[in-house]
Amino acid sequence: MSTDTVEMVKMNGLQAINSALMEAMEADEKVLVLGEDIADNEGGGVVGVTRGLSTKFGTMRVKSTPISEQAIIGAAIGAAMAGYKPVAEIMLMNFTTVAMDMIVNHAAKLRFMSGGQSQVPLVIRTLTGAGNQTAGQHADFYEAWFCHTAGIKVVIPWTPADFKGLYLSAIQDPDPVIIVESGKTLFVPMDVPANQGPIPLGKANIVAPGTDITIVSYGQMMFTVMEAVGKLAEAGISAEVVDLRTISPWDKETVLASAEKTGRLLVVHEAGKNFGPGAEIAATVQDALFGKLKAPVGRLGAPYCSVPFAKKLEDAFLVQPPAIIEEAKRLVAMG
Amino acid sequence: MTDTLTNRALPDAATQLDIYRRMIRIERNDEFTRAQIRQGRIHAPYYSARGQECIPAGISVLLNDDDKICTIYRGIQDMVAKNMPLRPLWAEICGRVDGTCKGKGGPMHLTHPETGVMVTTGIVGSSMPIANGFGWAALLDGTKQVTVAYFGDGASNIGAFHEALNLAGVWKLPVIFVCSNNGFAEHTRFENGTAVDQISKRAIGYGMPGYTVDGNDPVDVYAHAHAAIERARAGEGPTLLECKTFRFMGHVFGDADGYMTKEEKAEAMAKDPLPIFRQKLIDDGIATEEQLEAMKAEIEAEVKDAIDFAMNCEFPSDDELRRDVFAEEIPA
Repeated sequence: MSTDTVEMVKMNGLQAINSALMEAMEADEKVLVLGEDIADNEGGGVVGVTRGLSTKFGTMRVKSTPISEQAIIGAAIGAAMAGYKPVAEIMLMNFTTVAMDMIVNHAAKLRFMSGGQSQVPLVIRTLTGAGNQTAGQHADFYEAWFCHTAGIKVVIPWTPADFKGLYLSAIQDPDPVIIVESGKTLFVPMDVPANQGPIPLGKANIVAPGTDITIVSYGQMMFTVMEAVGKLAEAGISAEVVDLRTISPWDKETVLASAEKTGRLLVVHEAGKNFGPGAEIAATVQDALFGKLKAPVGRLGAPYCSVPFAKKLEDAFLVQPPAIIEEAKRLVAMG
Repeated sequence: MTDTLTNRALPDAATQLDIYRRMIRIERNDEFTRAQIRQGRIHAPYYSARGQECIPAGISVLLNDDDKICTIYRGIQDMVAKNMPLRPLWAEICGRVDGTCKGKGGPMHLTHPETGVMVTTGIVGSSMPIANGFGWAALLDGTKQVTVAYFGDGASNIGAFHEALNLAGVWKLPVIFVCSNNGFAEHTRFENGTAVDQISKRAIGYGMPGYTVDGNDPVDVYAHAHAAIERARAGEGPTLLECKTFRFMGHVFGDADGYMTKEEKAEAMAKDPLPIFRQKLIDDGIATEEQLEAMKAEIEAEVKDAIDFAMNCEFPSDDELRRDVFAEEIPA
């Protein structure tokens, strides 16, 4: 998209989500927002994503809640079944574990268990990501848990434009969607088209074309990937970067086409490597493209341990650009 | 705890007869369900609520079709009391495609929005947080609709109960929390699992009235439900009703009741609320023996018709595995 023809606005992810919520609430009075501290009396959200909403739309539609994750998701489920489109914030992804019964046993399953009579058009917003020394209970990526649950969509955007477009789609989606806001993605300003509309769920984005290897990633790990890709280019390796955006259901078509074109695939995520989304992607791609790949599918993710506190350990825990460069070079050297 | 309910509304003759009709519909439906399981014609986990009929019957006569209920695995009685049609109910119990959930939910997940049966959960305690959402929606819609969350005494010890009642209290939601206290949480005696002698006392902590109700007396259930529903419709917020009762058939159909004595079970069954209420209707001149027998026969015919219907329905096609996961069908 050319900046000559489309008016661009510089904003960060936080502002983009706020703008999506404002627009969605303005356009559709069925859209509701709830969560801990989200109304303006309580500061408009722990990092300010929902600032201004309660002042504009009132505290019946924008409700701060007690610290009661089951009650938050339960209320959102009931309201969704009654025809509303609630956006429920679970402050941090680790806290979704407290509401797992509501999310997994109810939100995700009520449509199926009721034979299609119930629908739960609910969005769960949640924040996570390592890098700020918040240690073992405030930084986990648990997307694989939700991807393994039939009936809930999992979205992890990177750019502010994607936040805006994917939120607009998720709010109008007839099914439950969990959107993960990973720390850094909220605070780095980028260009967003002034008229940014909905971006369909389930579609990946090829953010950089390349010929030697496909790198699939999402969320704040995309910053790390992009840094590594720049250095790979200097080393003469052309990487095609696919921002997956929606992790479940994921865009197999785009990933397979890209992997077939480059002949090599590396999946990079912040979530643990063991049983992580990369394992599913690798298995699918190797099954579909066996014989067409020049190297086995590579995977990079967190080691099998909890998110550590000490900065030195946290840096070692996170996938860093040199690891991506090294792994990409290894795969390219294989054939 | 003394009963603090003032202004006791009493059911008139027609309402009492309606309560009895719902009770006998529950009891007949339950009897036939157990018979079908015994005969091997249905393979499903079944949690009989025999003995607890007064509770949903006394409440449901006060509810409209668009009032909602969220109930639990022992909740078929709550649906039958809410006038859910029996044909789709039975087809669902039998796992058939004409079941209310196309055979995909079964007896633990029956759903029938037309009669307000919104959620049936197999997870102890989970009816309450979701009921709050319907309550919030009613406030937003500006209707007088109420939602009843049914649950058992065991559920008052799970976190969801406390989170949900607190939120309902803070938001003043039009929700009635109805606890059927049958004395046992699965196999554990009430006093061995619950630190308070009356669950209704827990309402104090959540800023709402709580009443301990004689769950074996439909008139007492009606009076308390009336107050709770009026309060909810008036926008004054939620109420907790603890209805004391007894379950005659154990936790799950087929369990041996080894955790209770024969004497206490016999004593409880001697107080079976159904024949007692039946006799009261006759003694009070509200109905004759013949009228009540005719009512029973009519209900039995309805149940038998539903069973015949269900047994002749098809099983769902395997394509159903790809449907209703999302709104959009998953490609084959």
